[in-house]
Amino acid sequence: MATPTLVKGARATRSTVALKIVMAVSGLVFIGYVLAHMYGNLKAFAGHDAFNEYAHHLREFGEPLLPHEGFLWVMRLLLIVALIAHVASAYALWRRAAKARTVKYQVKKNQHSSLSSRTMRWGGLALLLFIVWHLLNFTVPKVNPAGGSTDDPYNLMVDSFDVWWMTVIYLLAMLALGLHLHHGTFSAIQTLGFTNTASSRARAKQAGWVLAVVIAGGFSLVPLSVLAGIIEK
Amino acid sequence: MRLTLNIWRQRDAASAGSMQKYELDGVSEDMSFLEMLDVLNEQLNEQGEEPVAFDSDCREGICGTCGLMINGQAHGPEVTTTCQLHMRSFKDGDDITIEPWRSDVFPVLRDLIVDRGAFDRIIQAGGYISANTGSAPDAHAAPVEKKKADRAFDVATCIACGACVAACPNGSASLFMGAKITHLGELPQGQPERYERVVNMVGQHDAEGFGGCTNIGECTAACPKEIPLDVISQLNKDLRTALKQGR
Repeated sequence: MATPTLVKGARATRSTVALKIVMAVSGLVFIGYVLAHMYGNLKAFAGHDAFNEYAHHLREFGEPLLPHEGFLWVMRLLLIVALIAHVASAYALWRRAAKARTVKYQVKKNQHSSLSSRTMRWGGLALLLFIVWHLLNFTVPKVNPAGGSTDDPYNLMVDSFDVWWMTVIYLLAMLALGLHLHHGTFSAIQTLGFTNTASSRARAKQAGWVLAVVIAGGFSLVPLSVLAGIIEK
Repeated sequence: MRLTLNIWRQRDAASAGSMQKYELDGVSEDMSFLEMLDVLNEQLNEQGEEPVAFDSDCREGICGTCGLMINGQAHGPEVTTTCQLHMRSFKDGDDITIEPWRSDVFPVLRDLIVDRGAFDRIIQAGGYISANTGSAPDAHAAPVEKKKADRAFDVATCIACGACVAACPNGSASLFMGAKITHLGELPQGQPERYERVVNMVGQHDAEGFGGCTNIGECTAACPKEIPLDVISQLNKDLRTALKQGR
């Protein structure tokens, strides 16, 4: 809808660019988190005890300065705030985009956009659904699809990935994560205004590729290794 | 050559439009796209039908008046404006779909003509510099670094045709705004109003109803002047600086 008047008292904080900066910063928080999470997962290659020890130490981290699970809760709060900020601004921008073109083209070609850039919104939604399932599976209340006990983190992980459809869900989720990171990383760097030359833009795109391959690949190694029998109880 | 044209016809802003099919024979490959439409209109006039309304002015690719969505691409398959697109880019027997720019901020006035007044208001909101009147200053009075002068000049080639908005899946005008902000922001004359400019222009852009940028890059691929995506980064950087300044 066009406004025939000039806006008075425009504020930077109220702009769509501010919303994008919120998305970019919260996205960078997630990137930092998934890198740390992936490191923890790869502990599975060090065996049952090392993996469980790591999980246990996360709860004791910073004691006695922090209370039991204190560090974990600081992280959880940070992630919850980042998630709300990320999803709320995505929703606002999605709505704006839908209203900006209500009459669609009969024919529209994509000339430049990558698959990852076009799937950010639906892919993000898929990741959100996956996170819900992932938390049910491994955090609260913990679900062992193989029917075994849920007390031992390492065994719960191996049991879960021994079920074929669980492996499929996790691998698909990692594909979605890889796509999201591929465009998201570049987009965040661009939104923060660090790509003012062609070469810095190319480097930001490379960073997107590297993070997508390293993170999605690193996470996928564990379920694939369970499937191949490299990681077992 | 012989072409089948699918063209959006709409009587006025208040009416509903629809696609109409036209057969056109005897098109030369040396014609520009708009000359081809002129031939169609002569044919329609002879048949007593309403000619297809479309915008054009200089027909030299420098004024930014023309702009059509041709087979799903803003300004068609070449990196140029619609008036500088020639029929040699098409083949005999081709089906060509011609639509107006689609954006709720650019309402269709008639057939293929849209109202791009929102761009004027964005410029009015901040796309200017304030200078004292009087005799012109000496050309060398305000030195400009070569790199900055080049970048300012390159992005000043934006003709505000609206192809970026038309191609953007979000209907955002960020490339247009970024070009103006980078152009003035690289030059000494643009500095006093630099951060006020970005806030006012983005504020106007948002109020008009344009979408937000998702850095997809369809705009720069459609741009007849090849404005690069880094002008949007510059826009973001300037807005971030404005945020820090509490604007």
